Amino acid sequence: MIAVNKQQFWYMWVGYALALTAWYAATNWLPVAAFERLPGPLEVITEWFSPDPAYGISVFTGDYYIHILYSFYRATAAFLMAVLLGVPLGIFMGWSKTFSDFASALFGLLRPIPPLAWVPLAILLFPSSESAVIYVTFLVAFFATTMNTYVGVRSIDRDYFRAAACLGSRPRHVLRHVIVPGALPHIFTGLQIAMGAAWFSLAAGEMIASQYGLGYMIFEAYNLIQFPTIVIGMATLGIAGYLSSAAIRVIGNHLMKWREQSLGMEN
Amino acid sequence: MTTGVHPIASTAPENVDTGDLAPRPGFGKLTLRNVGKIYDPEGAAVVAASDCSIDIAAGDFLAIVGPSGCGKSTLMNIIAGFDTLTSGEILLDDAPLATLERAPRPGSDRVVVFQNGALFPWKSVLENVMYGPLVQNALDRAGAEEKALDLLRRCGGLDRVAASYPAQLSSGMQRRVEIVRALMNDPKVLLLDEPFRAMDTVSKTTMHEHLLQMYRVCRKTIIFITHDLEEAIFLADRVVVMTSRPGTIKTMLDVTLPRPRTAGLLISNEFRELKAQLSTAVHEEAKRAFERGEKEQA
Repeated sequence: MIAVNKQQFWYMWVGYALALTAWYAATNWLPVAAFERLPGPLEVITEWFSPDPAYGISVFTGDYYIHILYSFYRATAAFLMAVLLGVPLGIFMGWSKTFSDFASALFGLLRPIPPLAWVPLAILLFPSSESAVIYVTFLVAFFATTMNTYVGVRSIDRDYFRAAACLGSRPRHVLRHVIVPGALPHIFTGLQIAMGAAWFSLAAGEMIASQYGLGYMIFEAYNLIQFPTIVIGMATLGIAGYLSSAAIRVIGNHLMKWREQSLGMEN
Repeated sequence: MTTGVHPIASTAPENVDTGDLAPRPGFGKLTLRNVGKIYDPEGAAVVAASDCSIDIAAGDFLAIVGPSGCGKSTLMNIIAGFDTLTSGEILLDDAPLATLERAPRPGSDRVVVFQNGALFPWKSVLENVMYGPLVQNALDRAGAEEKALDLLRRCGGLDRVAASYPAQLSSGMQRRVEIVRALMNDPKVLLLDEPFRAMDTVSKTTMHEHLLQMYRVCRKTIIFITHDLEEAIFLADRVVVMTSRPGTIKTMLDVTLPRPRTAGLLISNEFRELKAQLSTAVHEEAKRAFERGEKEQA
């Protein structure tokens, strides 16, 4: 994804251009009443980059960055907690059959509950709406991280464990030299999914219980009939989610050089 | 193996420096006494191995052949410590290794080289080879690196690929590195579980010569599992033929071919003679297993 070739690069922009055209066509030419109220792409872009925005939010206003920082802080906090708890838990579940039998059933039940359904409970549980939003965001990221780590450990070939045993490994060596590197590809897939999931449950949480943040900004703009601001918020969420997933991929590729080298051989 | 010309016969260098890995008397003598293994002793008992007795002298090269499911891997797993036995005992240098009371544990005195390869793909060749002595605290990093590079070099110039990751090497090269990784631990017994199974005939012959060269370098007790009869005869001092269900030893064949052996040996009369003897034994067994299978189907 970092090494985009020329063709991919152009196709990417063609894709964006097509989407913008369709949007423009829908809002300007489509004779459907519902589309008439939507802001067109020109309107949104003008507002987004206006030094003096009609509805108070653009790249030149401080409020825009306050919302971004709040969302970024919550997503990062939730994500880091999910990693710190989810990776060790997933490894432990993958390592210990007994523990996995016991935890998997519980996970199977809890995981399908949509994050939004947790919001009321979270507000009751936590002293501030801030921690409630972070908790809801954390939850989805945590499940994605834990399950992928677990699957990653389970998918390590038994022969690696046997080889490690033959070579005189103690459990801590197995953990460090077999389990962690062996599960790392899955762990990083999980982290990317977790990051994506964190952003969308974050926005939902912010809409319901928050003072700042991009989700709040979107919902507030809806209530105040500031339609271009809604789209600015949505686009910003998209960019933020994309960039944070890309950052995880870059870190992952750096940690798994052996994989890059091996995959490079196949080309 | 019909060609008389062997351009690959010279790939293994003749001048071998045995260094500090020369054979030691009484180091790696393995005794299997009436070893048996029954899976699920309470329910529908499956006899994987029954009454297997083999004496392997220190530094001997033993091959075990037999049809799939004849228990050869079971025996290897018990010796390696991945599995337990349900009757008999195994002694290593006259000390009990696996008995009914004492479940064996995997250890660096009996290192396995796996059928599908088990080099850690996330470690470079050098890191893989250094792994054993490092986790056992037998050597420090500098010492392990020195020994690893030296051993890689002596086993066919593998030090050239020390910095590569396993996936960057051919499967034959990977298997050789894995054998070096095993030898680094100075094991008493080297257990090779069909390591060249997936290879074509030409690569296999090259691998055999490399393995024999390594055998000359280190002279470990080797147990080599295969279903390739030529491979067994070419490599081993003795070939054990196993029967299936229950897995027992049908016959043993001493291979008297002189060492060092080269690919040219494959077309010699002695070799063909041995192969004919072995084929008969294995064929009888395969036929029996096949007929029994047909009966079970009916």
